[in-house]
Amino acid sequence: MDNPIIVTLEKVTKRFPAGKTEFTALNKIELTFRKGEFSGLVGPSGSGKTTLLNIIGSLDCPSEGVATVLGKNISSLSHKESAELRNYGIGFIFQTYNLLPVYSVYDNVEFALLLQKISAPKRRKAVMDALEWVGLADRAKSRPSTLSGGECQRVAIARAMVKRPALVLADEPSANLDSQNSHMIVQTMKRLNRELNTTFIFSTHDEKVMQYLDRIIYLKDGMVERDERKSED
Amino acid sequence: MKRFLLKGVIKDKGRSLLPIIVVATGTMLTVVMYSWLTGIMGDSIRMNANFNTGELKVMTKAYAADAEQFPNDLAILNADTLLVELKEFEPEVDWVKRIRFGALADFPDANGETRGQAPAVGWAIDLFNEESKESARFNLQESIVQGVMPVNTGEVLISDELARRFEVKPGESFTLFGSTMDGGFAFYNLTVSGTLLFGATGLDRGAIVMDISDAQKAFGMEGACSEILGFLPYTYFNSDKAEAIKTIYNQSVDARQSEDEFAPVMITLRDQAGMAEMVEYTDFVSRIMVFIFVSAMAIVLWNGGLLGGLRRYGEFGIRLAMGESKGHIYRTLLFEALLIGTIGSIVGTVIGFLIVLYLNIHGVDMSGMMQNSTMVMPTVVRTAITPTTYYIGFIPGIFSMILGNALAGVGIYKRETARLFNELEV
Ligand SMILES: Nc1ncnc2c1ncn2[C@@H]1O[C@H](COP(=O)(O)OP(=O)(O)O)[C@@H](O)[C@H]1O
Ligand SMILES: [Mg+2]
Repeated sequence: MDNPIIVTLEKVTKRFPAGKTEFTALNKIELTFRKGEFSGLVGPSGSGKTTLLNIIGSLDCPSEGVATVLGKNISSLSHKESAELRNYGIGFIFQTYNLLPVYSVYDNVEFALLLQKISAPKRRKAVMDALEWVGLADRAKSRPSTLSGGECQRVAIARAMVKRPALVLADEPSANLDSQNSHMIVQTMKRLNRELNTTFIFSTHDEKVMQYLDRIIYLKDGMVERDERKSED
Repeated sequence: MKRFLLKGVIKDKGRSLLPIIVVATGTMLTVVMYSWLTGIMGDSIRMNANFNTGELKVMTKAYAADAEQFPNDLAILNADTLLVELKEFEPEVDWVKRIRFGALADFPDANGETRGQAPAVGWAIDLFNEESKESARFNLQESIVQGVMPVNTGEVLISDELARRFEVKPGESFTLFGSTMDGGFAFYNLTVSGTLLFGATGLDRGAIVMDISDAQKAFGMEGACSEILGFLPYTYFNSDKAEAIKTIYNQSVDARQSEDEFAPVMITLRDQAGMAEMVEYTDFVSRIMVFIFVSAMAIVLWNGGLLGGLRRYGEFGIRLAMGESKGHIYRTLLFEALLIGTIGSIVGTVIGFLIVLYLNIHGVDMSGMMQNSTMVMPTVVRTAITPTTYYIGFIPGIFSMILGNALAGVGIYKRETARLFNELEV
């Protein structure tokens, strides 16, 4: 694999205050992710998956160690710079979809581009392309409340992908979905991974998701227990 | 982005309905109360102007020093010359001669013996001239209780209260005792043509209204008058304009005859007893009112904003994740406040304006509350519609909404990005 490295974690440690002491949620994590990887953090609840994704996504900073994402040291970014990094470089997908309920599907996807000051015709094209990717172009005018869970998550994928970020972070994206929809959304993301060479990092403990991953990193008590790559067959 | 926010405000009733109701209510109250206040004050000022102060007033310098005493020995001697000069100087203004006097009215019985005497306050105005607006200014026609308007020399109107006290009927005569311009004793016989009820406290006690020619004869003031009043052609007193006219006039007089104590001097309505206070009081009370509404509404809207903010932490979290900065989110909250404040202010102003319009047409009779007042005040109060009526409500409406949201939005700044974001997870 000679794709460039886009995420480097060096001795990343995260501690949270817990009463008078501190709780170590991540303990000296050493990991790198390359462009185009389709990988996942796997581990029981409380093992630190979300905490790690938040740091990679520049929503949080490590207590110790260095996290370098798309060439930027997360700890050294100002609030504005980290917002900029997320805006242009990183897409998020959540367990609970988190669509904005008062807006249409179209508006939800377009929002990401409004922050980038892209001209209206270009925005329109990009939004319709993204909805096309997830097979929801015909629901552009619908409100999220009229969609099924699977459809909502596909809108969330379109929203994450519309700005064609280098990196997409998906935190337990299938946790609220039935088996058929789980397969469908991961397949969609896998396809986008191939077509657009987007890097995906999941967090999951869902077997159905795991079977699609090229690389699985097992976390336990805030430490990397195993880092497995699927052999190319 | 702006369209995106507007859509959110319109579609998210939970975000906009309560604030719009609060803003609209406050705006409406502001508009109504402001118009009510300016109505009372405006009418009072107008009445005072019409009866006593004018909007501009010219006297001799010596008279001006002691004007409340009506020192007619210091009156303007060549009144008509000065009147012509003033009309040339400022043709837009309606200039009128007046004689003011205090005198004793003596009502005789059938034998010509004194039945009773009462102090009277006199207004001698241009009554008989067809083009004069003075009788309209005093609202004389509508104020007559018994009898008719004077048409001949020697006919006057007296207050109905005075007439009742001495059982005087229209057509009966009485004698006025006073002093002449050069300090002599004056007495003059007059006939009551009608009695007056102005419906203004302070005026209805002992007023006598006559034509200026009668007063000139009665007090030996041929060719003279106490004061010349000027009225600007606007509905409400225009202080700036009046001040400007006054300044120019007084400068030109000073340049010619600064030493002469009988030189004319001009003052405005504001310069006269109590009037400046009244004008300023109106401004002051409306400022206090706007301040109170801003504070009260801002507190309500702050809390509303906090509740709305809690409801929207999920939205803020997702927007942060998508790369919006906290500062930008905060600014969009202020922009939303501006939108909601504007919508609420428009709604409130429209409703308020309808109420104001109703009260402007119908008025409210306050005579019961003002029986003992000595001020010249109207007894039927109407709201005033001025240019300010249309925008005054927007000040508390928009300002309180922005203040409320600005305070509520501080919570977003205080929270760490990760915490806002974690609240997404249920
Ligand atoms: N903001 C926080 N403050 C305190 N403790 C936290 C915070 N975020 C996460 N934790 C703790 O860190 C540990 C790891 O959490 P998390 O990364 O959410 O695990 P996972 O996503 O694998 O379930 C948990 O024990 C959690 O309680
Ligand atoms: Mg988690």
